[in-house]
Amino acid sequence: MKQYSNRHIFFFLSPALSAIFIFFFIPVIIAFILSFTDFDIYSLAEFSRLRFVGFTNYRILLADNIFWQALLNTFYFVFLATPLSIGASLSMALLINLRLLKFKSFFRLSFFIPVITTLVAVAIVWRFIYNPRFGLINYFLSLIHLPAVDWLGDPFWAMPAIILMSVWKSFGYNMIIFLAGLQSIPENLYEAANVEGASSWQTFRYVTLPMLRPTMVFVGLMTLIGSFQIFAEPYIMTQGGPLNKTLTIVQYMYESGFRWWRMGYSAALAFILFTIILLFTLVQLQIRKRLSA
Amino acid sequence: MHHRAEKQPGFRKSGFGLLQISWLLLLVLATSCTKQTTGITEISLWALGAEGENVQYLLDDFYKQYPDIRVKVQMVPWTAAQEKLITSYASNNLPDVFQIGNTWIPQFAMLKAITPLNDFLPASSLSAEDYFPGIWQTNLLDTLVYGIPWYIDTRVMFYRTDLLHDVGWERPPQNWDELLRLSQQLRQHFGKKEKYALYLPTNEWASFVIFGLQNGAGLLGENNSFGHFSDPRFESAFSYLMQYHQQGLAPLGISQVTNVYQALADTFIVMYLSGPWNVREFKNWMKGDLADKWMTAPLPGPDSTYPGLSLAGGSSLVINQESGHKKAAWQFIEFLSQTETQLKFYKLVNDLPSRRAAWDDPLLRNDPYMAAFYQQFYHVAPTPKVPEWEQIAFSLIQRYAEFAARGVYPVDECLRRLDLEVDRVLEKRRWMLAMETKE
Repeated sequence: MKQYSNRHIFFFLSPALSAIFIFFFIPVIIAFILSFTDFDIYSLAEFSRLRFVGFTNYRILLADNIFWQALLNTFYFVFLATPLSIGASLSMALLINLRLLKFKSFFRLSFFIPVITTLVAVAIVWRFIYNPRFGLINYFLSLIHLPAVDWLGDPFWAMPAIILMSVWKSFGYNMIIFLAGLQSIPENLYEAANVEGASSWQTFRYVTLPMLRPTMVFVGLMTLIGSFQIFAEPYIMTQGGPLNKTLTIVQYMYESGFRWWRMGYSAALAFILFTIILLFTLVQLQIRKRLSA
Repeated sequence: MHHRAEKQPGFRKSGFGLLQISWLLLLVLATSCTKQTTGITEISLWALGAEGENVQYLLDDFYKQYPDIRVKVQMVPWTAAQEKLITSYASNNLPDVFQIGNTWIPQFAMLKAITPLNDFLPASSLSAEDYFPGIWQTNLLDTLVYGIPWYIDTRVMFYRTDLLHDVGWERPPQNWDELLRLSQQLRQHFGKKEKYALYLPTNEWASFVIFGLQNGAGLLGENNSFGHFSDPRFESAFSYLMQYHQQGLAPLGISQVTNVYQALADTFIVMYLSGPWNVREFKNWMKGDLADKWMTAPLPGPDSTYPGLSLAGGSSLVINQESGHKKAAWQFIEFLSQTETQLKFYKLVNDLPSRRAAWDDPLLRNDPYMAAFYQQFYHVAPTPKVPEWEQIAFSLIQRYAEFAARGVYPVDECLRRLDLEVDRVLEKRRWMLAMETKE
């Protein structure tokens, strides 16, 4: 009887499953095989020019300075942008959730607008903000007699500049999710805390934060994965420069694959990125388990 | 009456059914034959960027000459053009005729995506002699002609005549020593102001390759299968250019110049090596008082030969190897290559005509900014004809030019590393050459 009902389930699931299988699993498997070949523009012309090269792609990658630079940049971005983005969105959500605040929907809207604005338009505006000669930021710096900085042209400042812009662009999305989380906390918990005489910090620490934990895990995981896949912001703002200081793994992958048609190499890169993201997700889930245990 | 009326509907019914079917059949037959019976051939064309937007305005003239051909135009943006064309090749979706940058010809010829045009040429009004020799060369692999130059470009020097005059120069520099001396004089003239003599961005590989070619460097060696950038001829050209960055004669960061037209208008920079696509923009920006304060000049050479070499650029028209309408496609290419069509296109999009005859027209001859281009087109050379060239130029040369300009490594170390990476990119090519010799 049990077997019969199982089959039934698969029958109804099969359209969705076959779509996932054809458009997701098969390409992933092919990409995995590709990463052990030297598939390139020559192989596109004639399939006989395809060579199985074993782990050569991976070996070359590990010896590739640009790869390490891109990996370092990506980690730099992830470990700065993720906490910043979560911090910014949580604090904005808390502020908007305050009962005293007026014009709530106005603030909610204005913080959310960057999320839905086209990235290219945003990038052009920010390039002007960062312009070393006419930019807004350097204008403010000059008011307090600080020297001008070539934000996007200086190897040291380019990545922080990208991170700032990227956090500004994306925190509104998480803010909305946090807001939903905050609003689902039962009011009687706060009333109880109030009756017990808890300070506002204590209320936040012992009521709000624990109740927000599921939201936090979701937001943290999604932001982390999203940050690892950072591509468009640096690609539009700096094209990876100066001195490759804003080149990210995904941009390197895109260039090797779709500009230079080194598909094998690019596929190997993709699987390294996949492994890294998988590891970090597992670690984060493990931490969550420990915390809730 | 009554009987007939009763009978007729039944008869009509079945008769109508039969008729309907036969009509339908006829209709189907007729529509499927239209193309052959009316003799209209439809060819598809993909053109890039501004060319793609404007080529439609030429079609009416074409239909007058060839009433039995129709052209379907699709515009492909330049930024993703190469990716799109290659993916279309992979899915067998290329159009009959398309436009490609002439440096992509080796790639598409290797893919066998484009067909040699040698068979069409003898019976046609077009011949190699109509074109600038250096430009024609880029369309040639051994003896096979793969593309017909549509419009052409090359790099010349854009400069501010008033600032050159201020430091005592009434003519543009004609060799490397003069260019450097002039730049140093401009530097002194500017004093402490943050202004620069030459704009030499490291994300434009052309300048670095041009000065190497001028100095006789081969760029790639041994049948284009190894990097040859450590060669003394390339190295001395490369170090020569790096002096501009080391001595503060050229701005280091590319982000400092967000708008090169404004930079020249503000004299943030005085000289810039660029192509004809910028002429119209500079005319727009240099208005009023500034209108007569800039000019174009051919590139300086390493020694007394003037002008020095520049790059043979531009776009060519090619025919899809798989096209079923090669003849019509060729007729369309012939039409686009007519002098009058090219001049009309020049008025539309400012693309410089590839036919030398078109340059006799007053439209080009009386434009003072065009003289430098005309002179320069007789001194142009192609880049190495290997499919990997785009990657070598955009990814590797630009990266190491930036490393050298910012002093991350000394010049010789940069070039040694550049060669190593180029060798790695060319590994597949070496393997294929070895296979060919084995066969």
